[in-house]
Amino acid sequence: MIALIRPMLKPHRMIMLAIGVALVLYCALSLRWDWVPHYWNDGLIQRGIWTTVWILAVTWGVGLVMAVGLGFAQAAGPWWLSYPAFGFCSVIRGTPLLLQLWMLYYGLGSLFPHYPWIRQSAAWTYLREAWPYAVVSLTISFAGYEGEVLRGAFLGVPKGQLESARAFGMSRWTLFHRIWLPQALYRALPTLGGETVLQLKATPLIATITVVDIYQVSSRVRQDTYLTYEPLLMLAVTYMAITGLIVLAFRWAERRIPSKVA
Amino acid sequence: MLDSLSALFAPDGPLGLLALSPPGWGGNLLLGLWHSMQIAVGAYALGLSIGIVGAYGKLYGNEVVRDIFSLYTTVVRAVPELILILILYYAGTDMINQVLLGAGFDRWAPSRLLIGTVVLGVVMGAYMTEVLRGAILAVPQGQIEAARAYGMSPLLLARRITFPQMMMNAIGGMANLWLNATKDTALLAVIGLNELTLTTKQAAGTTKAFMLFFIAAMVIYMIVSVVSGRVFAAIERWARKGQPKLGGGGV
Repeated sequence: MIALIRPMLKPHRMIMLAIGVALVLYCALSLRWDWVPHYWNDGLIQRGIWTTVWILAVTWGVGLVMAVGLGFAQAAGPWWLSYPAFGFCSVIRGTPLLLQLWMLYYGLGSLFPHYPWIRQSAAWTYLREAWPYAVVSLTISFAGYEGEVLRGAFLGVPKGQLESARAFGMSRWTLFHRIWLPQALYRALPTLGGETVLQLKATPLIATITVVDIYQVSSRVRQDTYLTYEPLLMLAVTYMAITGLIVLAFRWAERRIPSKVA
Repeated sequence: MLDSLSALFAPDGPLGLLALSPPGWGGNLLLGLWHSMQIAVGAYALGLSIGIVGAYGKLYGNEVVRDIFSLYTTVVRAVPELILILILYYAGTDMINQVLLGAGFDRWAPSRLLIGTVVLGVVMGAYMTEVLRGAILAVPQGQIEAARAYGMSPLLLARRITFPQMMMNAIGGMANLWLNATKDTALLAVIGLNELTLTTKQAAGTTKAFMLFFIAAMVIYMIVSVVSGRVFAAIERWARKGQPKLGGGGV
């Protein structure tokens, strides 16, 4: 506790803190917050946060699995795997996510209804909704960026590690999942933390294709109440809180790495 | 060759919708690209200026300056760009106008292009500060001390010693930021700025040729990325001359 307080005791920090407290008090007292209970009791705010969080979690998980494949294909695969993987990562990293999202939603979404067999299939109930396009788009985007990160991580694992694993007679699969993959993930972990925050910051884009995430909720509040700042402030605070949680989670994960990788 | 090309883009040809003059939308797409590039270049220049000031402030400034710049970089990097753009777009113009009205001036209605450029520049500045700070830190301390011992003024030191040696460390991060700048211009579609992505959506919605226009826009963005990747690779070769080679990809 003292370690927390002592750095704040310098005069300019106390002034900055006072300005900060004054700003928060001003925002709390003179801005309008009476809409919060209404939307909270509606469950709209919770639903928005939940949508943002589950889409982040699902796209992170699936995207990371895809990225392992993409990164490994580029680092150690034959040319007929590494070239397509490189091309995929380049296209994903070279074009804006918003354009990819709109291409899937408006572009592919406009093609599907032309095929009767798609409309009669069970998948049609999902293809009519917006969230599958959001999930697919954010997943391949994360996979593209992380594939590049993991390519470097796979290449960075010391050769001696792989050679000694082979000398132990490990099969290729054992070598991959016991030696190569864990060490690559350890190396990539600090970068992955930052990239996860970037992925969180990419999620509000899905509101442009009518998915009701927390950003969409705040836009709705803005339209209903004609308030400009309050919903945006709520939004900024929400994202900063989730960012803080992600940073803490990765700090915890990094501490659990058994050995230091030189 | 030229005949088949013009047949491709003729009004009833397979790519007639992309022809440069109406009814083709190619001209509009290029105009959108022009707007995107204007914003990207302006925002990058502003971000670079903020970044240089910020990096020096964070490294050599007094405690107050350091704290202010850390607050700036932390907040900007924790809030999504989309929301920063909205906050600065609404709150920024509103605050300026309140000051102007209070001082007895007329309302100021800046163009979306200008606001977009400034907002993206402020965002870029936060990332640029960190890139340049890291690069300056990587310059061997002895070099700077030796320059001081020679009696160089701070400006001469920055120009002759720090800048050339930090460039080779900074250029990778700066290349990434430039690519981010070109891609982040797409976010300004949300405040209704007719840059490439919004123009594409409008063209696709009007003609119902969704896939054609989205693929065309993808190709345009890819060309921008690949060309800038090449340019930055050349700059990096120049900045690293005489240094050992680095591995690594890039688009």
